[in-house]
Amino acid sequence: MKKCFKILSPCGILGYGFPIESFLNGIKDQPHAIVVDAGSTDAGPHKLGANTAIVSRQACKKDLEYIITAGFENNIPVIIGSAGGSGGKAHVEWTLSIIEEIIAERKLKPLKQAVIWADIPKDVIRENMKQGKVVPLGKTVPVLTEKALEETTGVVAQMGIEPILEALENDAQLIICGRAYDPAPFAAVGVFHGFDRGIAYHLGKVLECGALCCEPGTTKDCMMGVLYEDCFEVYPTNPQRKCTTVSVAAHTFYEKDHPYILHGPGIVLNLENCEFSDAGSGRVRVSGSRISETAVYEIKLEGARKVAYRTFVVAGIRDPILIEKIEEVEELVKDSVIDQYPEIPRDQYEINFYNYGKNGVMGDLEPHNAAGHELGVVFEVIAGTQSQASALCSSVRSTFMHYGYEGRKSTAGNLAFPFAPSDVEFGAVYEFSVYHLMDTVNGKALFPIEYRMR
Amino acid sequence: MNRLVDLAKVLRSKNSGPFEITLDILFDNPASYRRVTESGIINMQKICQLYHLEPKDICNIVFFEKGLGIKITYNRPVSSGTSGDRDVYGAQQHAPLMDILIP
Repeated sequence: MKKCFKILSPCGILGYGFPIESFLNGIKDQPHAIVVDAGSTDAGPHKLGANTAIVSRQACKKDLEYIITAGFENNIPVIIGSAGGSGGKAHVEWTLSIIEEIIAERKLKPLKQAVIWADIPKDVIRENMKQGKVVPLGKTVPVLTEKALEETTGVVAQMGIEPILEALENDAQLIICGRAYDPAPFAAVGVFHGFDRGIAYHLGKVLECGALCCEPGTTKDCMMGVLYEDCFEVYPTNPQRKCTTVSVAAHTFYEKDHPYILHGPGIVLNLENCEFSDAGSGRVRVSGSRISETAVYEIKLEGARKVAYRTFVVAGIRDPILIEKIEEVEELVKDSVIDQYPEIPRDQYEINFYNYGKNGVMGDLEPHNAAGHELGVVFEVIAGTQSQASALCSSVRSTFMHYGYEGRKSTAGNLAFPFAPSDVEFGAVYEFSVYHLMDTVNGKALFPIEYRMR
Repeated sequence: MNRLVDLAKVLRSKNSGPFEITLDILFDNPASYRRVTESGIINMQKICQLYHLEPKDICNIVFFEKGLGIKITYNRPVSSGTSGDRDVYGAQQHAPLMDILIP
């Protein structure tokens, strides 16, 4: 076992970018592996449902060029978690096509790659549903039905460290994971080299966000994590940032439901008794991270389905008389459009107004629900087809533009459109239709590994 | 009396998965943390009132002294990114906390 093991995390999401000097500083410190998380459900259900990526191809390629070349040149493993953002088949293939392009363009020597798929066949889910082994993850998540599953584009599950460990045991130098629990690819490489699971998982939790746990924090910069027998240290490779005990401790709170209990695939991480100490030069040392294995190995399933289509308009309002009675006028506009379309059943569409500058962000929750001297209004129609959404939205726009509300003086028009055309066909609207835990026999069974020399 | 925003080092909101939003109130010194927690003002009733929630929609209110922070997690009325959602990342739902007055 090595005395210490260094993992370089270039950025919080593959494709978010990082300063080249930070990356080169990191390489100068001779990391034993480069691991990068590409995934998130933060951007909503559309990426998973429509099989699109969270970053542009160009942005992803730019980051990968540095990462893959550095891996090749230094003969260290590179692991990508949740390839393409959502980690489904299409997202992994998209990432593979970029990698192949880089290898060809840079004429890199072939090496052993492992692709770990995270798509869960619907038949497997159905079988588990029958046995009551698929449960909603959260009180507001509906019980999974056959209909919802059928309508879902594809289902992925978050892998833990087990399949990644197997790929490392088989000497893979470049590992492309489908959907993975964000910390897992980092933890796996540490565990493979004999380090404690709890410490490695906690380090993974910090590193998966890039330099977010620094001051100043960002997902768009590099972090180094160093595993020791009984603790880990983290530091930014950009001298303009530093880690403090408060910034690293605070990061354990980030985007999860509990401040110190974390549930992952087959594990529960308990960070209640962690000690954070200053190791000097912007480094922080963390010890006391504990892990336990769960009696049943549960994996988190994720899936999205198309629920409707949207057309929307962005407009500005500067007339104080209209701003004063904006909600009232919007209701009248809505009623008028409903009257104009008796042929479309009322329960098949929604007309919504968002008044930015008043309560656009918070809606009914807004404690300061008052407008300034101008308003940004976004209005949308959600309907069963794109053409219906657009037909209705164009009527909302024309009705709103010319609506003769009580007290109006600006009889030539109510809205300032910043763009022509004003109506934007958004396409499909998705929703998370699968967000459930499923029992499985172990961490490897549902994550097949494919090896290739490229 | 001080506003919570003037005592906290970090005041933020974010999705905790697509069906929940989590609010973090973090401090950079034990004195401010204790002043806020001991005031008893951050409680179920206050959060329900600010966020128009029923107690059953609040998953957790956890005070974590070691992390000098308070975490509040609640169920989203609409899941992230589908029709009717106003904040896909849940990143701008913290503002109502800012004006809470702490003795």
